[in-house]
Amino acid sequence: MLKIEARGYESKFWRYASPILALLLTGATSGLIFVAMGRPAGLTVYTFLIAPLLQQDGFQALVVKAAPLIMMGVGLSLAYRANVWNIGTDGQFTLGAICGGGVALAFPDAPAWALFPTMLVVGTLGGMASGGLVAWLRIRFNANEILTSLMFAYITQYLLVYLVTGPWRDPEGFGFPQTALFSDNALAPRLIEDSNVHIGVVLAPLIAIGLWFMLEKTLLGYQFRVLGQATRAARFAGFSENRLVWIAMLISGGLAGMAGLLEATGTLGQLTTTLSPGYGFTAIIVAFLGRLNPLGVIPAGLLLALTYLGGDAAQINLGLPNAVTGIFQGILLFYLLGCDILLLNRFRWVSTQAKAVR
Amino acid sequence: MNDAVNDAVKAGPLLTMTGMTKQYPGCLANDRVSLTVERNQIHALLGENGAGKSTLVKTIYGVVKPDAGEIIWEGQKVSIQNPGHAQRLGIGMVFQHFSLFEALTVTENIALGLGSAEERVGLRDRIIRISNEYGLPLDPDRVVHDLSVGERQRIEIVRCLLQNPKLLIMDEPTSVLTPSEVQKLFVTLRRLAAEGCSILYISHKLEEVRALCSAATIMRLGKNVGQCVPAEKTVKELAEIMINMTLHAPTPRPLTASVKPPRLVLDRLTIRSPHHFGTDLKDISLSLAGGEILGVAGIAGNGQSELMDALSGEVAAGKPESILIDGVAAGHMGPHERRRIHGCFVPEERNGHGAVTTMTLAENAFLSGFVRQALVRFGVINTRKTSAFAENIIKRFDVRTTGPKAEARSLSGGNLQKFLVGREVLQDPAVLVINQPTWGVDAGAALAIHEAIMALAEAGAAVMIISQDLDEIFVLADRIAVIAGGRISAPVLKRDATVESIGRLMGGTTATAAAPGEMALA
Amino acid sequence: MTGLLVAFLVSTIAAATPLLLAAIGELVVERVGVLNLGVEGMMLAGAIAAFATANETGITSLGVVAALVAGIALALLFAVVSLTLQANQTATGLALTIFGRGFSALVGAGYVGIPAPTLPKIHIPLLSDIPVLGPVLFGHDILVYLSFVILAVVAWAIRSTHLGLILRAVGDSHDAAHALGYAVVPIRYAAVAFGGALAGLAGAYMSLAYTPLWAQDMTAGRGWVAVALVTFSAWRPFWLLIGAWFFGALMYLSLYVQALGVPVPSALLSALPYIGTVVVLVLISRDARRIMLYRPAMLGRPFLARG
Repeated sequence: MLKIEARGYESKFWRYASPILALLLTGATSGLIFVAMGRPAGLTVYTFLIAPLLQQDGFQALVVKAAPLIMMGVGLSLAYRANVWNIGTDGQFTLGAICGGGVALAFPDAPAWALFPTMLVVGTLGGMASGGLVAWLRIRFNANEILTSLMFAYITQYLLVYLVTGPWRDPEGFGFPQTALFSDNALAPRLIEDSNVHIGVVLAPLIAIGLWFMLEKTLLGYQFRVLGQATRAARFAGFSENRLVWIAMLISGGLAGMAGLLEATGTLGQLTTTLSPGYGFTAIIVAFLGRLNPLGVIPAGLLLALTYLGGDAAQINLGLPNAVTGIFQGILLFYLLGCDILLLNRFRWVSTQAKAVR
Repeated sequence: MNDAVNDAVKAGPLLTMTGMTKQYPGCLANDRVSLTVERNQIHALLGENGAGKSTLVKTIYGVVKPDAGEIIWEGQKVSIQNPGHAQRLGIGMVFQHFSLFEALTVTENIALGLGSAEERVGLRDRIIRISNEYGLPLDPDRVVHDLSVGERQRIEIVRCLLQNPKLLIMDEPTSVLTPSEVQKLFVTLRRLAAEGCSILYISHKLEEVRALCSAATIMRLGKNVGQCVPAEKTVKELAEIMINMTLHAPTPRPLTASVKPPRLVLDRLTIRSPHHFGTDLKDISLSLAGGEILGVAGIAGNGQSELMDALSGEVAAGKPESILIDGVAAGHMGPHERRRIHGCFVPEERNGHGAVTTMTLAENAFLSGFVRQALVRFGVINTRKTSAFAENIIKRFDVRTTGPKAEARSLSGGNLQKFLVGREVLQDPAVLVINQPTWGVDAGAALAIHEAIMALAEAGAAVMIISQDLDEIFVLADRIAVIAGGRISAPVLKRDATVESIGRLMGGTTATAAAPGEMALA
Repeated sequence: MTGLLVAFLVSTIAAATPLLLAAIGELVVERVGVLNLGVEGMMLAGAIAAFATANETGITSLGVVAALVAGIALALLFAVVSLTLQANQTATGLALTIFGRGFSALVGAGYVGIPAPTLPKIHIPLLSDIPVLGPVLFGHDILVYLSFVILAVVAWAIRSTHLGLILRAVGDSHDAAHALGYAVVPIRYAAVAFGGALAGLAGAYMSLAYTPLWAQDMTAGRGWVAVALVTFSAWRPFWLLIGAWFFGALMYLSLYVQALGVPVPSALLSALPYIGTVVVLVLISRDARRIMLYRPAMLGRPFLARG
């Protein structure tokens, strides 16, 4: 019989090996699913994970896709460390895009040096407002932030649909549910000419490094870490739980809003009803894959971005439905959570014949 | 209990254990222990924390499977599989920490502890009958969270009695009782023993053991180190066998001759408890001078945690002037502000409150020390200074550990407590408040902590000790007060206090509130 | 006007049914001390399992069975990771939601826009023909009535049976229950499986009766509303009924309002149930003391068996 036995300490080896084991198990399980769907396992995994990188501009596509995931994942890694469960980053993402996009649509001819930075700030503030509202409801009314942030995500999505099919619909858009294209001044500055590689690609890792430093080396970061591990100890030290909840929600909301704005102005160039292909939930996985460490979020974000590209490739080349990305991500999160048991425990075979008392 | 007369005629001991061994990772809890309990006997099992008493009785009760050893019950070899089996054999156990369900009624709690459906028939009436018969009255329909600790213990005992036990194991039963409740319990236990239910009585309260038990087995570090008749030995002799050290009387504290200004003043402190089942603090007034140790005695659940939270700043007081630290109105200050004006605090719970178990000792030193020890520069943590601070604590207080990088959870209870007390003492406080200084701590560490507290008072700090352990209070305190039902009695000098008078106050009988602004007496 | 009102009431009860079913399941799970946030995922899995099976076999009751199996399977997955492998229950519940969404989208890809046999509506001669009350009370399909029966049985079982007592005890203090010899983890497994079965059933109702079609993410957050409902009801079964009807009404309010000619954009009206959830959540949560009074003390806390 397999028994689980506590180690009594945290295994440093498994701290880094656990996510890798989870990835391997996910790959194996996905391979089985592909076989069950009548596709050769090896080819499918290759199409999913390797082929996108080998395509022309594959690496560019990867970092562009990863930027919002990293940005949102970093914010979540901070919030989750403090046990603030912001689940509705999709809504904060969308609201950031709406607010910044609104500025773009209102002032299309404003000079570039003024327009885009303003949009960036407004978008971030939009995300912060959404996150701040969740924080306020938790602090003032004890409302569970999981439910409120998620509800706001749904509400914001309906707001987007309303705007994009109603007052903000592109008059020359043949009735499609989308806004007018943003003017060139409103688009995110590019790092590489004529490509999609916008400044978000550099901003995201920089923010990750900054937040890592804050979390590990500063008093504020220490407060977050203590709050997440021992609420009473945090109170004993005089750390204000409310203040930390505010900061966690403002940062994670603001980063999600920023990511939304960058996505709207960097990749899409307009607002549509399908602004976020489920980035909110993917960012949760990114945060856990990165072990809730802002630096770890960077490779985690790249990996999950890869699965998005892979899903598209699998759809085109192998006729797999796009939803396969979703199931891959879900399986990955399950394995991540399950493998973590190895940090504090080990498995042991125990003979079912217990030693008799003699 | 009914066939008592017949049982007394049967020859042979009730329970014989030989060669009991149990190994846990890193700890040999029981090392070839033997124990014999006779019929109609109240048998004490003595030993320090960590001596292996709990493991041994858990083996009898079927909670723990021994690695080796033999149990003979009523003349038959048995292998006890689980508590249900033990209960069917006639063994009952009242644990130190009760297995009660707060939101459920007395009847429901007892029903859950009984093995089979037949036993639940007519339960409510049987509870009323048995509980009254044995002097432990219970109202079957009351919900547990409304009951006092003493009443909760009755539930545990009645649950055992309903199953007609022949052996009742009690693990530290009196640590949660007032002295008068203890006497009532002894009457019940003596009656049970006379009627044919032997008692195996685990305790470290040596005076009680001498009064109640006719036999004692002493354990130390997992071994059985002797048997005796407790009444034939003095308390000092029993203690010495338990810890294998000759005890010296603690150095008497010199009486201060002059009247010093108060360093901690509580003025009619009144706080409503934020917990649903907590105790409100009512009109608490106290005054401590530098160099003085005030002992606040009391049974758990009478407002100690609430008092600690109010003093440390985790809960704000109604008026800022309700709490004065060195003359500064601190009632609305948070913990780190109070530290800035030289207040230091050690809460009751080490794990998760006084320390973060998953963090290193250096990080834990930072937890309360970053204010006074200046461990932060421009918002960034000074890791070198923090580590040095932790290192200092470890050295000065003889904390057995690998160093500041060790995780707090890797330390034993005693060592962690030494670290936490040391962390506060090294911050050179004006006022130190400790809640349960040596709870769950081995004797060596307890001694070190007591010495540290006395040295701190020597140096001029005002020290308040909140403790359930009357022995500890009488050793350390200059003046003694009692907290009961959220009120504090007027402090009395130690030389004017006796265990009986303090015990009566703990039972809530003659609790007179101290007058506001009472000055410390020399 | 009466016709509109009747239609509204009938729709409300229908809309409340999946919420009620899923919420009853989650209530049992939470009473035993486990927080399973994956209700949305289990509902979706149940919905697609029911739809696909009913479509392939032509038999709706097989579809319902498939939904039960799917819900239980996913719930057990959650149980293994959170109860045995001791992962954080919140995160594991999220994993379940994400997985359930992905799984249902994958399997359902081939079933979008295809019709399937639907659950029959019950027609009781005479009773169903009473004006107004007839259709409202007696014109629903079988799962609606089943939901009431299940609610009544669960409420009675929790309050009056020994099994219900054990359930409440484990949720109140798993350490005390363990000390008394109760197998905490298997009891929790059973409760979680029960919750999964009901969530799957709720999903089956959605795809086989409510909107007899499959569309990706068709539950649209109902699983989350069900979780919120359990908190609203303060873990008391009767109040689940009130809450479910309230949210069912909100869901249909948009159509009702539009039919009355009130000029509010439809997208914003669709947001009404979610706004309503937030508002009620805020109102209920305000009184922290009252919530703590009814809340199972062990909710969401990991159980680490000692000794």
